[in-house]
Amino acid sequence: MLSTKKHNSKIVLGQLYALWLREIKVFLRERSRLIASTFTPLLWLFVIGSGLGSTNLQIGTDYEKFIFPGIICMSVIFTSVFFGSYIIWDRKFDFLKSVMVAPASRTTVFIGKTFGGMTTSLFQVTIILAIGIALGINYDALTLLQIISIVLILSFCLTSLGLTFGSYIESLEGFQLIVSFVVFPLFFLSGALFPIDNLPAWLKFITLLDPATYSVDALRNSILHLGTYSFELDVVILLMFTFIITLIGIFSFKRMKAV
Amino acid sequence: MNENEIFGLLGPNGAGKTTLIHILATLLKPTQGGAIVNGFDVLRDATKVRESIGVVFQAPSSDDILTGYENLKVHSLLYGIPGKIREKRISEVLELVGLEDRKNDQVKKYSGGMRRRLEIARGLLHHPKVFFLDEPTLGLDPQSRETMWRYIKKIVKEEKVTIILTTHYMEEADMLCDRIGFISSGKIIALDSPSKLKQELGGDIVKITFNDGIPSIRDFTHFHFVHKVEQNGNSVIIYMDEVNSNMHRLIKDLEGIQTIEYKKPTLNDVFLKLSGDSLSGDSPEGGFMQRYAQYKKT
Repeated sequence: MLSTKKHNSKIVLGQLYALWLREIKVFLRERSRLIASTFTPLLWLFVIGSGLGSTNLQIGTDYEKFIFPGIICMSVIFTSVFFGSYIIWDRKFDFLKSVMVAPASRTTVFIGKTFGGMTTSLFQVTIILAIGIALGINYDALTLLQIISIVLILSFCLTSLGLTFGSYIESLEGFQLIVSFVVFPLFFLSGALFPIDNLPAWLKFITLLDPATYSVDALRNSILHLGTYSFELDVVILLMFTFIITLIGIFSFKRMKAV
Repeated sequence: MNENEIFGLLGPNGAGKTTLIHILATLLKPTQGGAIVNGFDVLRDATKVRESIGVVFQAPSSDDILTGYENLKVHSLLYGIPGKIREKRISEVLELVGLEDRKNDQVKKYSGGMRRRLEIARGLLHHPKVFFLDEPTLGLDPQSRETMWRYIKKIVKEEKVTIILTTHYMEEADMLCDRIGFISSGKIIALDSPSKLKQELGGDIVKITFNDGIPSIRDFTHFHFVHKVEQNGNSVIIYMDEVNSNMHRLIKDLEGIQTIEYKKPTLNDVFLKLSGDSLSGDSPEGGFMQRYAQYKKT
């Protein structure tokens, strides 16, 4: 019995690797996707960063540096949620069917996809981190480790969110429309562009419902030592969000029609 | 379903061929009833069913941004093919469908026929017992289609699989299939070998046209090999067995014959008749073949 269990887990690992491999190859070969998704955060960092930075804000550091953790999260938010949209592509051209007739469980397929989303996010964040050095941001080993962990958790969380939407929405156009209503609030309400300490009560309340808030705060803690909450608290709350959203995601994925 | 046979599913558009395949491949749940594939229930043992089947869908389902080899690798991992035999098996199926020299090209550079062959290779990776082909030659040119037929025949021989294929090309079904099931509105309305199905139409068809009127000297219905005789102006249409050996008796001593047309019934005729039966409301036309298609109805 034990040996079959071991055998099974080996198969599941292989399946996860297969799904991950496929996502990564597609991502690396679609250059336009790679360039576009790296370019947008940089635009925000430099245009908004320098633009608003020139207005003398009271935030305890350069504005460009202040929003740097927020831009990292932004990159993760956009990449991860839109990653979910590729499930609609897969369904459109029957790739998904061919996966669904393989003896892999839907949970495995779901997790394999989120691994793909995590890797692409990490890839883009690496580019942004390199540019951060040019802004005069220094990372030690612990900071890097913290950044990578936060990026991976947030990306797992939001790829699940994207896949959740992707399993209910049939057309790519519909997905884009609905997801814009999700992606932009996630980003704007996360405190990526402004401190959340002195917000009006109603707005502050909404920011607390946004998982990205805690990742921005955690990264700000780690990179700039400027957080609102402690790093540990941020991580715990982020993990809770991730857990719940992943459960919802797997549930939706299982219910999704294959044809 | 018998083992190692090619079973054809035919039927008009929307008859339920693809739906049936989706149910058998565990992608759809049957609204009622159940199905057993390779001894496993599609509802209770879905994973077991999936392990024992391979499917090639109507629409292309391989990743065109990956190479042929990568597509096969991804799928061999999905099917849990052990690392030791994986590479060997991938080369085997690539060779089987004649794609080994293109395996490192991205699939988007493949022609339609090559893509279809790659998907066949992909479906065979894990040695399935049952192999579903949903319109494997749809949209292929005549030459690619013949290539495809060659490969399909080769697969049955070399891989020992039972193939279930749907098609709209009757010559394809005739040539490849050991048995054929006609589906209409979700029901199987005929099931037999192609030659039996053709026989059931009433044998070969001979149309004799005379110069001036049908001579009354012969009653064709007296021959034991004649099933049915129809008259139409200057012509008689005779449905009979074994034209080759019986023709000389049929026309012996007859004078004034202008033309003799002879036609072996094809699966096309079977198809037209069967789908004509289910699509009531089509009024009979005067043409030879249409009347023939209607013949069993009356």
